[in-house]
Amino acid sequence: MIAKKDSTFIYHADYERIIEHIKQGCKVLDLGCGTGELLYRLITEKNVHGRGVEINEQNILKCIGKGIPVFQGNIDEGLAEYQDQSYDYVILNQTLQVTHKPEFVLKEMLRVGKTVIVSFPNFGYLPIRLKMLFRGRMPITKTLPFEWYDTPNIRLLTIKDFRFFCELHDIKILREISITSRGGSLRFKAVANLAATEGLFFITKAAT
Amino acid sequence: MPEKPYEQHDSVGLVKTQYYTFAEPPEELLLTCGKLIGPITVAYETYGKLSPAADNAILIFHALTGDAHAAGYHSPNDKNPGWWDNMIGQGKPFNTSRYFIICANYLCGCKGTTGPSSINPRTNQPYGLGFPMVTITDMVTVQKQLIDHLGIKKLLAIAGGSMGGMLALEWVTRYPESVRSACIIASTSRLSPQAIAFDAVGRNAIISDPNWNNGDYYGKPLPRHGLAIARMIGHITYLSDESMHAKFGRRLQFRDTYGYDFSSEFEVESYLHYQGDRFVERFDANSYLYITKAMDYFDLAASKGNGSLTKAFENVLAKMLVVSFTSDWLFPPYQSKEIVKALMNNDKDVSYVEIFSTYGHDAFLLEVEHLSNIINSFLSNLALEIS
Repeated sequence: MIAKKDSTFIYHADYERIIEHIKQGCKVLDLGCGTGELLYRLITEKNVHGRGVEINEQNILKCIGKGIPVFQGNIDEGLAEYQDQSYDYVILNQTLQVTHKPEFVLKEMLRVGKTVIVSFPNFGYLPIRLKMLFRGRMPITKTLPFEWYDTPNIRLLTIKDFRFFCELHDIKILREISITSRGGSLRFKAVANLAATEGLFFITKAAT
Repeated sequence: MPEKPYEQHDSVGLVKTQYYTFAEPPEELLLTCGKLIGPITVAYETYGKLSPAADNAILIFHALTGDAHAAGYHSPNDKNPGWWDNMIGQGKPFNTSRYFIICANYLCGCKGTTGPSSINPRTNQPYGLGFPMVTITDMVTVQKQLIDHLGIKKLLAIAGGSMGGMLALEWVTRYPESVRSACIIASTSRLSPQAIAFDAVGRNAIISDPNWNNGDYYGKPLPRHGLAIARMIGHITYLSDESMHAKFGRRLQFRDTYGYDFSSEFEVESYLHYQGDRFVERFDANSYLYITKAMDYFDLAASKGNGSLTKAFENVLAKMLVVSFTSDWLFPPYQSKEIVKALMNNDKDVSYVEIFSTYGHDAFLLEVEHLSNIINSFLSNLALEIS
């Protein structure tokens, strides 16, 4: 069943890619789930057993109103309420860059989820580099629309940075999708760090 | 002329407590402690209309010293409405134009339901300490009888704060088929040793009052001092350090300088005295002993899960909502999270909201706006599922 797209529906390229690659009927934990939009689609379109974690009370009310189970919590404090490997997917969609302890958060996600899905704005995107180079100021873009002093995005990273992080921490990259400013995905990994506005990774703990 | 409170459009108006009696000998009710009791009378109130399919009933649980009078007014001269009036009525979260709301006083209470101050039919005297020890389980057994009597097979929702949340937890584990959803507010699956300690001091205050006389004080001078002290202790645990600062500070009552004597000088002192004095007018000391003991005994993991809360929740079918308040140190958020965690371990449908509040445990009665929004969202989704 495809959920109806009402007038308030915002098109998220990363949603489409995530939904596309998630298996029917599996268990999903969405960290920083906002108003539950992605979870709602996963539940209605992929019949998943979904659950969210969110910090903002107004967003939580929206989730509850949609019938989505949600837990009010701060993901920087970890996932103590969740058992090891208890979810098929743990999602951190466009939230990594606002965490205070990204390394800890990712470790917790890999503990709880068999597969972890992470997406973040790519700071290596060419127009961002050019803005830095020519204007000499922190770049403001569609995916990073804030001034340096009011941005919630305190962890800026590039696609290459994330790959390096995975290598360093024995994390296996199962799938890498590079999303462009038009919402499409890039075919060539080699140019992703320059041409993609957003990185989307499916990762798992490397077998030891 | 301004309209009277009970005439306001969102008030349930003038209401009456009703009574249901069952367990007449020889069909007495067997209690957890192994003793029998009967007959049992339950005092309850209802607001709104039961649908023909009997599928719109919501059972509300009161807290330790509450009663069946949850909303509306008993008489046109009543100054105060029922204890949860701001949540129950037309257009309120527990919307009486849509739902049929029930609230019943607990077994061993003193507000119309059989308790230690009731007349024991065998002796024609008040039970006093002859009343058997009652558990939360027994209280719920009695409520189930009432719900059956009202012709309701499945409750749309149950909701309660504090001790009321304990009854709700007992309901969802004991009668999973009979509850569609449950709101557990500022509650716990078992009291902390700290909370038991405060209960113990309260009970000691009552028992140490010479007028208590082993529970045999009916028709004689009441153990007022003991009960008032128990209530004062209770009130300390319902507030928070911060709310006391805001409410009283170190201000003195009726004077600017210290009197260097032992009169009630500080505002916080006179508040506690006032609460204590008011309480003895409306509550029975023996009921206070029995009910606090029932709360102390309550331990869902031990009684239903062989020590495991996760196991205790295995059979839960209800959609669950758990709410806690950040400054509540009597029923602290970590205890609510334990409930949520155990439910999630079983893949149950549960949501958890931690409301920021400085009011302490009292927040569950004071944070009306937050709670209204949450319960509104919760019930609106439920209504969608049914229709």
